[in-house]
Amino acid sequence: MANVTIDGIKVSVPDGSTILQAAQVAGVRVPTLCYHPDQAVKANCRVCVCEVEGQRLLQAACSQPVYDGMVVKTHSPKVVEARKTILELILAHHPQDCLSCIRNQNCELQALAEEYAIRENPFEKMVRGLPKDTSTPSIVRDPDKCVLCRRCVYACSVFQSVNALGLENRGNHAMVVPSLGKDLLDSPCVMCGQCIHACPVGAITENEQIDEFLAAVADPDKVVVTQIAPAIRVAIGEEVGMKTGEMPMEVFVAGLRQLGFDYVLHTNFTADLTILEEGNELLKRLKEGGKLPMFTSCSPGWINFCETFYPDLLDNLSTCKSPQQMFGALVKTYWAEKMGIDPAKIYSVSIMPCTAKKFEASRPEMKDSGFRDVDLVLTTREVGRLFRMAGIDFSKLAPSKFDSWMGAYTGAAVIFGATGGVMEAALRTVYEVVTGKTLEDLNFTFARGMEGIKEAEIDLDGTKVKVAIGHGLANARKLMDQVRAGQSPYHFIEIMACPGGCIGGGGQPLTKANVKRAERIDAIYVEDEGLPLRKSHENPEVKVLYEEFLHEPLGHKSHELLHTHYTPKNKKFL
Amino acid sequence: MAEEMRVVLRNYGKIDPLKIDDYINAGGYKSLEKARSMSQMDVINEVKKSGLRGRGGAGFNCGQKWTFAYQAQADQKYVICNADEGEPGTYKDRIIMENDPHSVLEGMAICGYAIGATKGYIYCRGEYPYVVDILNTAIAQAKEKGVLGNFDVEVRMGAGAYVCGEETALIESIEGHRGEPRYKPPFPPVIGLWGKPTIVNNVETFANIAVILEKGADWYAGLGAPSYPGTKVLTLTGDVVNKTFVEVPTNTTIRQVIYEFGGGIAGGKAFKAVQIGGTSGGFIPASLLDTQIDFDSMAAIGATLGSGAVLVMDETRDIVDVVERIAKFFEHESCGKCAPCREGTMRMHKLMSKVNQGKGTAQDVALMDKLGRVMSVACLCGLGQAAPSPVLTTIKHFKADYDAKLQ
Amino acid sequence: MADYKEIITRYKDLPGGIIEAYHAIQKEQSYLPEEAIIAAAEVFEIPVKDAYGVATFYSMFSVKSRGKNVIRICESAPCHIAGAADVVAALEKELGIKMGETTPDGKFALEFTECVGQCQATPVITINGKPYGDITADKIPAILAEYK
Repeated sequence: MANVTIDGIKVSVPDGSTILQAAQVAGVRVPTLCYHPDQAVKANCRVCVCEVEGQRLLQAACSQPVYDGMVVKTHSPKVVEARKTILELILAHHPQDCLSCIRNQNCELQALAEEYAIRENPFEKMVRGLPKDTSTPSIVRDPDKCVLCRRCVYACSVFQSVNALGLENRGNHAMVVPSLGKDLLDSPCVMCGQCIHACPVGAITENEQIDEFLAAVADPDKVVVTQIAPAIRVAIGEEVGMKTGEMPMEVFVAGLRQLGFDYVLHTNFTADLTILEEGNELLKRLKEGGKLPMFTSCSPGWINFCETFYPDLLDNLSTCKSPQQMFGALVKTYWAEKMGIDPAKIYSVSIMPCTAKKFEASRPEMKDSGFRDVDLVLTTREVGRLFRMAGIDFSKLAPSKFDSWMGAYTGAAVIFGATGGVMEAALRTVYEVVTGKTLEDLNFTFARGMEGIKEAEIDLDGTKVKVAIGHGLANARKLMDQVRAGQSPYHFIEIMACPGGCIGGGGQPLTKANVKRAERIDAIYVEDEGLPLRKSHENPEVKVLYEEFLHEPLGHKSHELLHTHYTPKNKKFL
Repeated sequence: MAEEMRVVLRNYGKIDPLKIDDYINAGGYKSLEKARSMSQMDVINEVKKSGLRGRGGAGFNCGQKWTFAYQAQADQKYVICNADEGEPGTYKDRIIMENDPHSVLEGMAICGYAIGATKGYIYCRGEYPYVVDILNTAIAQAKEKGVLGNFDVEVRMGAGAYVCGEETALIESIEGHRGEPRYKPPFPPVIGLWGKPTIVNNVETFANIAVILEKGADWYAGLGAPSYPGTKVLTLTGDVVNKTFVEVPTNTTIRQVIYEFGGGIAGGKAFKAVQIGGTSGGFIPASLLDTQIDFDSMAAIGATLGSGAVLVMDETRDIVDVVERIAKFFEHESCGKCAPCREGTMRMHKLMSKVNQGKGTAQDVALMDKLGRVMSVACLCGLGQAAPSPVLTTIKHFKADYDAKLQ
Repeated sequence: MADYKEIITRYKDLPGGIIEAYHAIQKEQSYLPEEAIIAAAEVFEIPVKDAYGVATFYSMFSVKSRGKNVIRICESAPCHIAGAADVVAALEKELGIKMGETTPDGKFALEFTECVGQCQATPVITINGKPYGDITADKIPAILAEYK
């Protein structure tokens, strides 16, 4: 242990602690910008510099280890002068269009400027005036706003192993750019949006499509229908001043009606449907010697990743469309017919935790209903903005139920939102289908939690199935390299592009630390636990769908509407 | 009359640098042999006792640095010779490598033995391709003769980045990365090249090692200034009569350097200022010319010995114009990793241009003063910390030059 | 077009040898074409974004096409006070291009450089790395003639 004095407060901290950690123990908050709790220390913004007694140089609190007897001043005049000057330098190179910035009031630089009372900046404002990169339907880059903290580069390369973002040039000309200085679309980017969570400012954001939504609800000829992804409910409350998981589902539904949706349906419905299709696909592959291991296919960032980096393994992907796209194909066929609504008038909006879903909805093949299956994808953050715009007081809102025929769901669908959830949901159904027995304990706890790769061997009444779960694409890469090398011991692998699964998706409320992801996961399992039905094959509306429309899993209609194919991206460089 | 003292350049002009036998006949590689008959710690203690301090600019006790690497436990350690001589006005490492490459190899091999490293790298700046050829010839000859034993040396070339003279940026560059400095600690003797304990010393530092072992630490410690013993190779540029290099004991004064070795100011003009240690060095006015060039004496007047470059300016020189040029240098050479250097060097250049064009105000000068003060304590590496020095020292000593250009 | 992969593969066994490989490419091509950067990433098994990050960091490397013979004029302080600006003006006049440009015949590119360590003979220029010292306007035609 080292005895350290921080601003006169004596603390004892483990050897090897940094000044930043010691200050936290002392109850002193040292400001940071490039620091990220789940990333390696960078020490490049220098905002956290502190004065160490006996040293001429200021030391970065994030990188400087403490020693016994160290005396630190975190806010001395010398420190404050340096910190203010550094902030002024960064700000003078920043557009400062805070009022119209998507990160207004949710920006780390803005918060620091406020904290350090930056008023008249002595440095002349100079902005590069570079164009925004709007090449993808998912993510927008505004290079003028970049503060070169490199947190996005770390997220993209270390968490996701995508390596779309890197450095270009040096000195004052240094920039974070997509590989080879191209547009994001031409880079290996898979549109997962983890860079957005990493960005402290508004330099990387979702492609905001609020105006498209407002125009649709204003159009009397449109029947605006929405689906809500499994990971939304636990997180949406964070956007409107509630705690994680606090938003009751039926209050959320009522809020969506206030926004002007004509029908509120649930992606959970097609999540349950996915389990029936995908579970049967797995059983078929196991029985008929099909391509194994089979990979899940719900996560569009993961699909992009597989098409980009593992085009040789596309046959291992389940042919099931993601729940979003199954929903899209059904809402303008089955549901329209059942409701007696002209499918041409349906405007299908999905609310997703995901930026890659915007891309997925725009894939040219996603029009099996005869129309664009999903017309618009809004992220959780965009819906949060719409809620705030609408001035809704959720504490006074009367609960409302989902609309029929594609609104019912089970706990198995709810857990799709967390890493391991699809696996657990599939096992609940596959077990009962294969063995004909009732599962006594529905909780496959091996599948839960933030560990990067989880695995188990499941005994299906004598048939042993080896399964693995990976979340975060760096973990996916490890599993895929094993498959490519012919050394994968698994039959079934669940992959979610984002760390923590969809609850950590690129469209979720800004999530800097993994502890927040873990909180949302906990909330997901609480919801599952509280539901009367927790197995996908018990979903009553799914049963009706098969009876009246699809007839059987993997049948002709399913093949037409619910399954898809994949295409190698043939990117020129990776 | 002060006299040159050739320790580092002991073989200059006396041997054919491309013939290893010449070096051996002049007593070369005997010190390496001697070192190998001593214990590793005895070698380090001898270097430590000599008082030799790094000739690259930081002035750290060389033997002390070696001790850290010696004590670090690792399956592999590395010795790196920093030949990324990038300080404008400096070419002393080139002179050493061109004229006596084996003195550098021998020093590296002694270091390798002392710390337990079998692999060495010479990181030579990309501007010296012809020096790379000489070094490779010398290494091939040494290998053929077997004088280096199990110590292997490889030359790597830089590609135009001043910041790679900073030891951790240099390490990054050898690893094939962008030459961006790492934060410290950990320091390279503990975690360096490919994560292994690494000693990075300057060419001139290594060229001193063999002589120290040959003639003894006491002899070396008695040369020049006691706190920074030995000699220093200086390169004289600018408005001096003799634009040349000299090797002098470290207790020589700046005045002696300029007037006795440099032959005084060219064209019979009067002295105005001298910048010592390269482009990051402070500007020194006439009133301080009797300062000794050793590290601590220079630090005491807010200047540096640095690389030993001596840029002399006569009475006709426009200080503000020269400093603007220097500010542009740092804007160009900042790696861009840390915010105060990336943004600060650019701002400093902009402000200096404004003042130099006669558009500046007293507030601009005050702002540069504050910016410089912040950069010198807050930047990640030595480049950003030293970059404001020319601005700060000229505002201090040559304020009239600034005032004359203000609105 | 040079076989980039073949050139770069010569350095494959050199840990961190991408910078050496880039030097070798530029000896053939005077700049680093995109294909060479992609090839380097493949050979050294690093992401293209990192190979590109290295290529754009060092001032001797260019990712843009430039003249075959690269003339660099030192503008560091010692050359600056020795009259580098006059050398720039003379070279621009002689070649009919501005700093940063390439002659229409693709033979020469003009660039600034920082100190090249030949300060005993300021002002200094280098052509393809070879230094020429004590440059004056009247020396320039003869020097350029070596490369025509």
